[in-house]
Amino acid sequence: MTMTTASPVSPARATIAIRSENLCRHYRMGETLIRAVDGVSLEVRAGEFIALLGSSGSGKSSVLNLIAGLDRPTSGSVVVQDRDLAKLTREELAKYRLHVVGMVFQSFNLIASMTLAENVELPLRFAEVDRSKRQELATAALGRVGLRARMNHRPSELSGGEQQRAALARALINRPQLLLADEPTGNLDSHTGTEIMNMLREFNRDLGMTVVMVTHERALAERYAKRMIFLADGKLIDDRTNGPTVDSAHIQGGQS
Amino acid sequence: MKIPDLTDLALRNLRESVLRNSLTTLGISVGVASLVAMLSLGTGLQQLLSRRLAKSGLFDTVLVSSRRDLRGMGREEERKGPTPGESRVLDEPARQEMERLPNVSEAYPDIRFVTELRYEDKPHLTMISALPLSARSNDAFDGMQGSFFSSDNGAEVILQKSFAEELLGKTPLLGAADPSVGELAKPLLGRELIMRYAQRQSAPASQPPPRGNDATAADDTVEGAAYSVVSREQKLRIVGVSDLDPETMRGPTRAKVFLPLGLAESLHVMQPTDLREISQAAADQPVYSSVSVRVKNPAQVQLVEDAIKKMGFNTFSILDASNSLRQVFRVLYAFLGIFGSLALTVASIGIVNTLVMAILERRREIGIMKAIGASDGDIRKLFFAEAGAMGILGGIVGVALGWAIGQIINFGTNIWLKSQSLPPEHFWAVPLWLVVFSIIFSFVVSLVSGLYPAGRAAKLDPVQALRYE
Repeated sequence: MTMTTASPVSPARATIAIRSENLCRHYRMGETLIRAVDGVSLEVRAGEFIALLGSSGSGKSSVLNLIAGLDRPTSGSVVVQDRDLAKLTREELAKYRLHVVGMVFQSFNLIASMTLAENVELPLRFAEVDRSKRQELATAALGRVGLRARMNHRPSELSGGEQQRAALARALINRPQLLLADEPTGNLDSHTGTEIMNMLREFNRDLGMTVVMVTHERALAERYAKRMIFLADGKLIDDRTNGPTVDSAHIQGGQS
Repeated sequence: MKIPDLTDLALRNLRESVLRNSLTTLGISVGVASLVAMLSLGTGLQQLLSRRLAKSGLFDTVLVSSRRDLRGMGREEERKGPTPGESRVLDEPARQEMERLPNVSEAYPDIRFVTELRYEDKPHLTMISALPLSARSNDAFDGMQGSFFSSDNGAEVILQKSFAEELLGKTPLLGAADPSVGELAKPLLGRELIMRYAQRQSAPASQPPPRGNDATAADDTVEGAAYSVVSREQKLRIVGVSDLDPETMRGPTRAKVFLPLGLAESLHVMQPTDLREISQAAADQPVYSSVSVRVKNPAQVQLVEDAIKKMGFNTFSILDASNSLRQVFRVLYAFLGIFGSLALTVASIGIVNTLVMAILERRREIGIMKAIGASDGDIRKLFFAEAGAMGILGGIVGVALGWAIGQIINFGTNIWLKSQSLPPEHFWAVPLWLVVFSIIFSFVVSLVSGLYPAGRAAKLDPVQALRYE
């Protein structure tokens, strides 16, 4: 197992965070076979900020779910941080999601019955971290997204932007190498959307996290991502790196 | 996930839909309550019966008779063993030998004879039996008026209720209420009876009686082969009147008049066995028709019985009867348990239903948990913890409820018993093992009920679960 997962990634290419080869995800809906992902091959280097673009039904979310280990490929492979996800057991996949990946969603996906602090520390419960350590880490993570004062509130008492910030804090709590965002600004107005995107960029730069973001807003992708991958009908149709105009210094200057 | 975290999360989830989970838990409680009620009724009845039987002194007593005794002990008598010719005589050395056996607390002869008692110059013929002082603890003397014998050889007598009636000349009218023991005892306690009896004397007949008690002098003497029989009188003071119904008891308590054993032995009353045993008995040793051997612990009755059989005597104990009684209770338990469990089965379906509903409701939550790193095992354990928490909670409430139901029924029954002028009974018992067993059983049943929902929740596809908006 370790041989097979380790062998495709040679030390020379150790900077590659995600590599998929001919990745397919097909499923049946009634009589018809739906090719949600149909032979996608791509490489993402560690520390990159990429955007997966495409119209709805293009398969961008399916690719993200495959990278997140929430779904398994029908064929092909996806290797993340030296792990061939198709070959992991369900148990190992859960561990992978817990320790390697942080996820944020369009609909925030906080648990309504829990306070922000409890939501944020939930992954640590699954990681069997001690209670006192959990509280410390959760407070720090909420402080990082500017929600320390609201930590004992429930999600319903917060605005959308605040909820997404809490979701970001939760995604960060286990210090993952990979941050996956599925339409993170989809439910937010442009102002709070920008706020969230700046945070994603901050995590990408300061924490060295590889960020993969699914969006259908090209403008947003152009502004924040270093690389854009276009999908249509489950196939990769374009892969372009944003030009020097989207230099980090330039963006920061533009923001201030 | 760690157990405290799991419990914490499970309880939080239970509080989220508090009405539904409370109702489910209540369902379990009712199931457990019915189980507890049924089994505690069974236990209570068994305890009541055991208590009664233990007090009657039957469970720890082995009745020993000589194999030569042709009268037999009734249909329970064992007819195997050596032929009558080889068997031993049940005499004083044999009694002492039995008393020295391990686990035996005492061995006393059953002295029983029919004789005449005079009260206010009227003769009354009756069966007299001797009792050891240890008989004091028998429930035969629970409702007794007066007191038990003051010493083992006091010139005292306890009367059975019907004999007391006879002495007072009160023949109960058919259908009329029985006079109470208290009423009967009042005029009799402290009064004297004169017992006329036939004393067996070792030859030569002219010797004075062995003990200088207040027996009057012999008036006529019958010459026997080895002893003479002298008619004597003995004054006895009535110290107690017993409520006991002689027909319900076995052995010595069947008599209507009781003497202290020491006194009875010292009187050397002529016994029916004397004539038959005469040729065998050691010249100056008394011979008994039967001996009662009391065992220290009812569990050792069989051992003692075997040892006595080896000595060459017939034995009878109620052990066999109590064994079959235990069998009956085992069957009763099984039945009560099955009926009690039925309600719990219904309740367990309630758990399945509640948890399946919870999966549908919390589909998204399960998806979220999986997306942020919960394993199948974590989700399964969470649902198990919820089922288990409902089980334990339901078990505890159920035991309390069952106990309360028992108390109410017991109370109600005792009111009824009282109205029927019967003594109150405690036929309801919730022993500790039943409490522990019920809670564990409820927990296990809940976990088993959680098996399917937990498995289903664990297998939930996170992509599907998160797709619902």
